[in-house]
Parts: sequence; structure tokens; C-alpha cells
Amino acid sequence: MAHNEDNDYEYRIKEGDHVVLKRGDVYKAVQIQRKKKVIFEKQWIFLDNAVGHLYSTTFEIASGGTLQPKENKETESSTDVQVAGTDNRHINDDGKSQKLTRDDIETMKEQGLTDKEIIKQLIDNSSTFNNKTGYAQDKYIKKKKKKYENTVMVLKPTCRILAMMYHGREPGKICHLRYDTLAQMLTLANIHAGSKVLVFETCAGLVLGSIMERMGGYGSVIQMYPGGGPVRAGVECFGFPAHFHDTLHEFPICHVNALLAGTLDASAKDSAPEEKQLSVAAEEEQKQPEAEQQEGSPEEESMEANTGDDVGQDQEKLEIEKRQEAKAQERKVKLEEKRRKLAAAAALLEGRNADGLVIASHFHPCSVLLGLLKFLSPSRPFVVFSQYKETLIECYTKLKEQGGTVNLMLTDTWLRHYQVLPDRTHPLLLMSGGGGYLLSGTTVATDPSKPAGSPQAEEPAPKRQKVKD
Amino acid sequence: MSFVEYSDFIQDGDVAIVHLGHNSVTPVKVQHGAQTQTRYGVIRHSTDLIGQRYGSKVTCSKGGWVHVLHPTPELWTVSLPHRTQILYTTDIAMVTMMLELKPGSVVCESGTGSGSLSHAILRTIAPTGHLHTVEFHQQRAEKVVEEFKEHRVDQLVTVRNQDVCKDGFGVTGVADAVFLDIPSPWEAVGHAKAAMKKHGGRLCSFSPCIEQVQRTCEALTEQGFEEIRSLEILLRVHNVRPVTLQLPDFGPDSSDSSSQAGPEALKEAPPSATPNHASLKIKTTTPPREMPGHTGYLTFATKPRT
Repeated sequence: MAHNEDNDYEYRIKEGDHVVLKRGDVYKAVQIQRKKKVIFEKQWIFLDNAVGHLYSTTFEIASGGTLQPKENKETESSTDVQVAGTDNRHINDDGKSQKLTRDDIETMKEQGLTDKEIIKQLIDNSSTFNNKTGYAQDKYIKKKKKKYENTVMVLKPTCRILAMMYHGREPGKICHLRYDTLAQMLTLANIHAGSKVLVFETCAGLVLGSIMERMGGYGSVIQMYPGGGPVRAGVECFGFPAHFHDTLHEFPICHVNALLAGTLDASAKDSAPEEKQLSVAAEEEQKQPEAEQQEGSPEEESMEANTGDDVGQDQEKLEIEKRQEAKAQERKVKLEEKRRKLAAAAALLEGRNADGLVIASHFHPCSVLLGLLKFLSPSRPFVVFSQYKETLIECYTKLKEQGGTVNLMLTDTWLRHYQVLPDRTHPLLLMSGGGGYLLSGTTVATDPSKPAGSPQAEEPAPKRQKVKD
Repeated sequence: MSFVEYSDFIQDGDVAIVHLGHNSVTPVKVQHGAQTQTRYGVIRHSTDLIGQRYGSKVTCSKGGWVHVLHPTPELWTVSLPHRTQILYTTDIAMVTMMLELKPGSVVCESGTGSGSLSHAILRTIAPTGHLHTVEFHQQRAEKVVEEFKEHRVDQLVTVRNQDVCKDGFGVTGVADAVFLDIPSPWEAVGHAKAAMKKHGGRLCSFSPCIEQVQRTCEALTEQGFEEIRSLEILLRVHNVRPVTLQLPDFGPDSSDSSSQAGPEALKEAPPSATPNHASLKIKTTTPPREMPGHTGYLTFATKPRT
């Protein structure tokens, strides 16, 4: 039994875990925290009871929002169709077939009836149900189940689940990157364990996290970021083990030119020179009065002649100073850490031997691509995602002009889901309108002797030259 | 070189991919003293390849040039010798993500076919995962064993020459994911379930015909699989082209101003044209004349804990 427990340990939900809640095709990423209310599909839930259960367990939401594991579901007991019609020629859709009112249903919900019971009531009180065809009855029941089911499944996060979640919930946050497009990116860029990958993304960290998942903690990922700091909220959702973060680096793009020119001094500078100045100034300020006070206070204390207020005030000041000093220390440590990280990232980049480049952002990709391609070894893949085709057309044209890449492809994918049921198989009625575009290619050695080839010169027409051996 | 790890320089015994231009690629087994014929001339392995950097330009005997690339599963897919119809990168990418493959995953696959998907799986599950692949055709099974060895991935894969529908995958309770690309996948669903871990896993079945999909979905439901989803994915390629479009000549403009064309338009008067003829150059894409309209339906499912 102990062996079983060990086996299951990694499959059990723990407090603090990052999980994904699922009902039907709706997903939401949350963190398991005791006594914390979480809203999901218009219901308030407490996830406390999930702790200790296995992942992929389905829970019923009891009144009050607590979770109860659902009993082993009886396989879709197809309400044995006794009475059914053959077609809908006599069925009038006048909105009056259901005798129960909204209030009746609310009351049933409050009374704690299960979804199965509510649905039975709905069927019994429907004047047209028995006239529907068997298929129509099936569809009706499925629809009601979806509406009244009160369950939630707790899943372990994966790239697949998170990509679908983001695309369904907040596509704007991920530049409308559809999950199949993300899948193409990961494969075209040959993301695998042990490589060194450069990433520039503004997709809330989803792209970054997906890449990290495919690298399994091996190799390194360097996130190039614009602005003040890297955005990585999405990475947290993956719930990676701590050591994965050792492979993750970041580098501000405002230093790329300096790095390429060889003028970046990672030891002296950091990414926010003003910040440094400010904190240094603050440190100095604090040191001065502190020194004074230290001289002053022992004297004051020993006097004992002061009023209680004075002594209290002095002690307070001491404490405030101590806190300020601690904060200044903290800030110093943080700055040092930041400097160290910058130097580490710069060291990884300097060699210009990265194995892959992935770009997915709302920035115009052209300059990002041209700038970052320089960090790749020859014969390595790169992939650029853009919501808009025109930007990639520009990238393609510029790349063809400057040379150094082959196998350039501008593509997008067409995705369609199907309903598969006996005698009722067809594509779904709605499909995604678009998932963005990709430009992919492979770097090659740039030829220093020859000038950048003209667009047509990819394949020179070989003149018949007799080569003498 | 290996298909799961990059290296920088070409060595004797490597499999390299020669890029001939216009998305034309061919694999080359690098060997001292060997030669490869291309339409641009001969490539001499000892002088032109061995010791050169991957990504280098190689000038062939006739004066034309090619590039030599490090192999990747994607390049392999478009250059490998076909023994069967293969899965292409678009489907492969979807399968990889939807089966939640990553380093360490244990995967069962049947049929191996020409090994297109197999190589992609190996790249993703390396260095700690394993692929159990089943192929009922003896020669194909032997050929693919050879290739895995040449591609330095043989330690990550076990090939079994048997019929998956009768004898299963040869392992039980170990797989995180199972992939089926066989004529009658519904006959293998039970074996797939047995091969998968007790805790659960993901399954994918690829079938060209909708009837196969229907039967497979039925079998999956019967066997207790959940979240059964069928989809198809197609690649659309956009060919980037500069296009020059003529502007119409409506005669001299009464207001005597210069041409009405927009400020960003690039105007060129073709040498042979009359002075009034102008044209606009636009950067756009054109679709290929034909595109793949169907490869197969992908059906995914989750095996719950059993």
C-alpha cells in the first residue's frame, strides 16, 4: 500500500498547487489556497476539499461552495427512450411547452435537487418532449445537463489546457494566438530538451511557459523583454518545479545593441540606472541621521530624566531606522541579484549560438526579428507569430533581401472540430475565424565574401563548367 | 549530430540535410570519400562536408551552391524516403501538443510506417522518455530500426514487429500517450488502454475516413475514454510576391493636378508605355494553385484513472 501511495503522490492535489478548473469546455487557472473563495462559472467555490484528492477528480459543488467528490458516475444511463416521435412536423415552438417556471427551477436548485432530478422534472413537465425524435430528445437532455450540471474537474496544468483556456477566455492577452498555432510554433522551432532558446513574447507568458514545458528543465530559455520587466504571469500557471526556473533567464532589449556592439558592461550597469541612483541616494540619507542618532540615543537613554514620550519616540526612531537600513540592505541585495542575472544572460547571448528563436508579440515583428536573429547559430530554426499577415510579409521581404535564411514559409492553419455521433456526424457549426500567422525559417551561414544575394539569386542558373579533377 | 541534440560541425557518419533551394531538401549520409550528386554538381563529403559548420554554403562541382543543414524531425519529414503515406508537420505539431508530450513522456505508437512522426516524438521526449513503436510490416520495421540507429536515437526507442490489434504494444501500464495510425484503430483501443498508465493518459487516432472515426469514437466510449474530440487541421501557405498592377488611364485630368494615386504608391512607368501609364507595386501573398485539402481526422481522448 505504501508503494501505491508513493506512486500516487505526484498525482495528488496539494495546497499551493496551480491547477485548472474545468467544466465542459470552460477552463480557469487558479491556485489552491485554503479558505480562499474562487469564482468559476458564476459560482463561488472553496477548493479546500480538493487537497489530497487525485488530479482529474470531478467534484460536485455543494451549497456553500464546498467541493464533494462525485460518486462513480453511472454510465450515461440513456433515459431509455420509450416514447418518441418521428419528425417535427407537428411540434410548435411557441415557448409554452415547459410548464415549470424559472422560479420553480430556482426553488428546486435551492432545495438541493441534483441536476439529474431537475432534468427529470423538466422532461416530465414538457408537453412536447415525447413528440421529439430520439435524437432531439438526446440533444435536449445534453443541453440541460450542460446548463444544470454542478460539477468541476480539477486538472493538472499543461500547455494544451492553458493554451485552450487563454484562447477561450482572454484571447486579447495572447495576441489571439490560437492553440494549434502555438502547437505549430513549438514544433517548427524544434523546441527540445537541452537547447538554448530565445523568446520574445507578449502573450502573458503562455508561449514562454509552453517552451519551458517542452524543454523539461534542460537547457536554457532567455526571455528578451521590452520595458521595465518580463511579464510571466502565465508561466506561474504551469506549476513548474522550482528547478525549472534555474533555466529561465531574462534580458532587456534596450541593451541588445550594446551587447551586439560589445559595449555592454554588465558589471557596472543595471537595467534601471535611475533606480540605482535613487537607492544609493536613499542609502546615504539614512546613514547620516542614523549615525547621529546612535551617538545621541545611548546618552539619552542613560539620562532617564526624559519624559516617557521622549524615550518612546527615540526607540521608535531607532526601530524605523533599523527597518530603513534593512530595506536598504534588501534593495542592495536585489540590485546585486539583478546585476548578476543580467551578466548571466549576457554571457549566454554573447556567443551568438542560440538554437532557436520564437517571437510572438504585439510589437511589429520586423525589427525584433532582424535584431534577435543575430544571436542564432547557423542552421537553426526561428518562428515569428503575428496576428497580421502584412507584418510578416515585410519580415519575409527583408529577410530575402539580407540573406542568411532559407526555407522561409508564411503560413496559417485552418482548424475545424467535428461532432461524431452515430448517424449524426458533421463538422461543428461554428469554427474559429483565424488563429494568426506564422513565418518560419532556418538560419544559414552568412557569406562574408559575397554581397547579400538578390532575391532571385537563391538558386543560380548553373553554367556548364567543366571541372577538371 | 543526432536528431535530438544539436551539434555545430559535420562529422563522418552524420546524417545531414542538403537544402537545394525552393524548399527542396535531400538527406545525405556523410561518409569519408563519398560523393553526392545534385543538380548543381557533385558534393565531395571529405572536402565539402566533414569538418564544415552546419549551415555552411557548399559550392558544388558545376558551380552552383547549396546549404547543408543540421537534421531536425521537420526537415526529415519533408526529405525522408517514403515507404508509406506519412504524417506531415502540421498534424504532427497538433498531435504533440494535444498528447501533452514532453521530456520524459513514454509513448506507444502504431504503425511506425516511414517513421515521420516517430522522429518528432523522439525529439520531444528526449532525453528521459521512451517510444514503443509497433509496425506489422517486417521490412519497414527493419528499415526504421536502421534509421533510428543512424540518427543516434536508438536508445530512446523500441521497435516491435507485430500486429498491434492482436498483440498490443508489448508493454502494459507504462504509457503517458498512445498514437494510432492504422486501418482499424477501434480494434486496438483495448490494447491502447492496457498500455497506458493506471493514472491515465492521452490517446490520439488518425484516420482518413470518417467511418473509421465513427467506429473509433464508439470504441473509445465503450472503453471508458473521456473528452473525446475529433478535429482536422490544414496548412495554408502564403507565397509572398511583389505584384505590379496597372493603373487605368481615364484621360487627362481636368483639374490639371498630377496623378491621383495615393501617397505611398510606388509608381513606375514601364519603359514601353505611353507617358500616362502608371502602375502600382504591392507586396502581397498569393495562394498556391492547389493545397492539401485533407490529410486525416485527428481524434483525441483522455483515459481516466483505472
